[in-house]
Amino acid sequence: MTRIAVLKGGRSLERHVSLKSGARVQDALERRGHDVIGIDVGHDLVQRLQQTAPEVVFVALHGRDGEDGTVQELLEALGMPYTGSGVSACIRCADKVIAKNHMLDAGIPTPDFFAFNETAFKELGAADVLPAIEERLQFPIVVKPAGQGSALGIKFARAAKEVPGALVAAFSYGDKVLLERHVHGRDLAVSVLDGEALPVVEAVPREEDFYDFEARYEIGRTQFVCPAQLAPEVTVRAQELALNVWRVLGCQGVARVDLMLDDASGELTVLEANTIPGMTDTSLLPQAAEAAGIEFDELIERIVDLALRRDHSSPAKSSGLT
Amino acid sequence: MSSCKRAVAWGRMTIDDRDAQPPVEPRRVATSPGPRQTSRDLERYAGLFAARTRVMKSSAMRDLMALTERDDIISLAGGMPDTKSFPAESFAAIMTRVAVDSCARSLQYGPTEGLARLRGCIAEVMAEEGTEIHPDDVLVTSGGQQVIDLVCKTLIDPGDVIVAEAPTYPGAVPTFCSYQADVIQISGDADGMRIDELERTLDQLERDGRRPKFIYTVPTFQNPAGTTMSLPRRRRLVEVVRQRELLVLEDNPYGLLRYEGEPLPTLYSLDGGDFVIYLGTFSKILSPGVRLGWSIGPRPVLEKMNIGKQAADLCSSSLTQFFVAAYFASGRWQDYVHSLKEIYRRRRDVMLDALAENLGPESCWTHPQGGLFIWVTLPDYIDTTDLLARALDQHVAFVPGRAAFLDGRGASSMRLNFSGVGEADIREGVRRIGEVVREQVELYGTLTGTHRVVESPAEPVPTEPDLDLADVLHLPRSERRGGRSASEG
Repeated sequence: MTRIAVLKGGRSLERHVSLKSGARVQDALERRGHDVIGIDVGHDLVQRLQQTAPEVVFVALHGRDGEDGTVQELLEALGMPYTGSGVSACIRCADKVIAKNHMLDAGIPTPDFFAFNETAFKELGAADVLPAIEERLQFPIVVKPAGQGSALGIKFARAAKEVPGALVAAFSYGDKVLLERHVHGRDLAVSVLDGEALPVVEAVPREEDFYDFEARYEIGRTQFVCPAQLAPEVTVRAQELALNVWRVLGCQGVARVDLMLDDASGELTVLEANTIPGMTDTSLLPQAAEAAGIEFDELIERIVDLALRRDHSSPAKSSGLT
Repeated sequence: MSSCKRAVAWGRMTIDDRDAQPPVEPRRVATSPGPRQTSRDLERYAGLFAARTRVMKSSAMRDLMALTERDDIISLAGGMPDTKSFPAESFAAIMTRVAVDSCARSLQYGPTEGLARLRGCIAEVMAEEGTEIHPDDVLVTSGGQQVIDLVCKTLIDPGDVIVAEAPTYPGAVPTFCSYQADVIQISGDADGMRIDELERTLDQLERDGRRPKFIYTVPTFQNPAGTTMSLPRRRRLVEVVRQRELLVLEDNPYGLLRYEGEPLPTLYSLDGGDFVIYLGTFSKILSPGVRLGWSIGPRPVLEKMNIGKQAADLCSSSLTQFFVAAYFASGRWQDYVHSLKEIYRRRRDVMLDALAENLGPESCWTHPQGGLFIWVTLPDYIDTTDLLARALDQHVAFVPGRAAFLDGRGASSMRLNFSGVGEADIREGVRRIGEVVREQVELYGTLTGTHRVVESPAEPVPTEPDLDLADVLHLPRSERRGGRSASEG
């Protein structure tokens, strides 16, 4: 029996989802006979961690603070082992722009993009370069906040006149946004558990039009297929790419890598990596694990074991690039 | 990547978010029956769900709205009355009176249609608004919300048409959806629902061989727009439904909370109760916690609703019915409503002043003569659902306009509540909203090379209804209603 704190909730826009993930993780750990303390993350986080003195901390937070290395940094300072990636990998993954630049440097294909912060537009006249960007990326262009972990703030600009509004929307979520070439194709996700790729999950939209508002803001228009129905070589390639991303970004424990399979070219590109994949009943990681024969409780136990086994004396934050 | 990002988000969504889906094709690797917590469980339950659950939607917006309840947030998103001004001593005295006089009965079931003494109180409330009714005709319900549910239960088969206002009360949307209604929204302006547009829509429906079952309206201090249907439109609406033999559901939670202007007759009183189903509630004049509302309308309809209520909950709480009856017996309910009106009037004025001070000429808003809400419309390039994320960073919240539409409209509007928070918080909350809006406007100006935005939604205000103003997002205002009219701005 291990004393485990589960961090959930918090103040990010994904609080609601995190509470669901956290509750499910807590249940699994309790079923496994552990001593579990659920903590809804707030001002008293450090205090509560010090009071309860867990042997290991399960981070089930999504979005800001939980996924961007902030909470991980605190846990490093407290000397408490925690699940998932270390500080540096969290920083690299939480910011899509940093992640994509690392991928580019490592030769991992990712859709063409440009990224700016508000200052570039307000003080450096970046608006004047928009036509050149539009020319290069071609419409439709995806505009999204660099740091937001959910679909919130993602807009599709189909023409030049839609770009400013899309940028304004994306800047609602953070200081940095990216304009990205739209890939028309299939949505794939590969979860990686301790350096091993799990079966590929495909998200199949139930509606044809990817762009309409309803589809973005309403749930229930997507179904998930796992393992994805792909040619064997595509599956292998997707899993290889995911493992490359995992290594390049320095992930640990568990992560999920999102990819696109281009309909026209058959090319695979990587969109982003998530260091804290969702753990709800319908999340992709649990589905992938299950397809690999790993039931949910076992998955959670393994993630905890990985955290306990990780050598925290060689700080994960110094470099995840091993 | 569009849909992938979506999938990412949905992957994290909750069971109730996705459980409306049909089971996934069994292409997933099948294994032997495992322990309880598997995603296959979800499919097992999903296979049992009724078809109607597919349209019982959850949304990213709902998740966002959950954040507005954080205690470090100034929430202008609520719709709550201020119950803090109700004296605890009065509460204690009333409860003592209930205990002494009606202990056993208040702990007992009651009649489905409600306690006779409460129905007397309801007649009193309605008389206060100039609507004479007989207490025997009243159906007491568990809040006004139950009336919406019972009317749908009585009238709506899947695919039936409900005609509502645009924007409409966001809380009615899930009810309409759960009965699988096809909702058509009619634009409004400063004088309420556009009856000309309503008639055109009814004609079109008739040509299509479809007959709407009822027209849902909040004619007085509408939620969320804050507007009030003018007397000529009320008369015309009643004429239209009488000619066409359609029903109206008149939702009137705020009628007694008038801060200026002359009271207007209810649709129910104009119609005489032939085609209008009236919805009233104690929520805004006393307490939403007592969960008591009522309905009055054509007898055959009320009888079916009564049967529907028996099925739903047998009867509303006897305890709170005795509480309300005892409260009315103390004879001070009008005084309390009066005191609420004073509080809310001041808060409304504070909010209107704060809006004028903090929002630029590219925004406009309604000037409610009563009720709890102001509807603000920003330039069309600002999406208030996204803006809410930025506002939450500044610890302030509102309801994005989309919540009041089923068709994706309302993106640039927001609903602000002024009843639930104090004057200082209203000032500060609106100041913060003004700040985030200003940032967005400036950013847009930078992006488009126009530091002042050219297309302003606030057009000069016509005194006559203008057919071109069918777009509800830009509720036009007459002089006396104008928050910031073009001439002022």
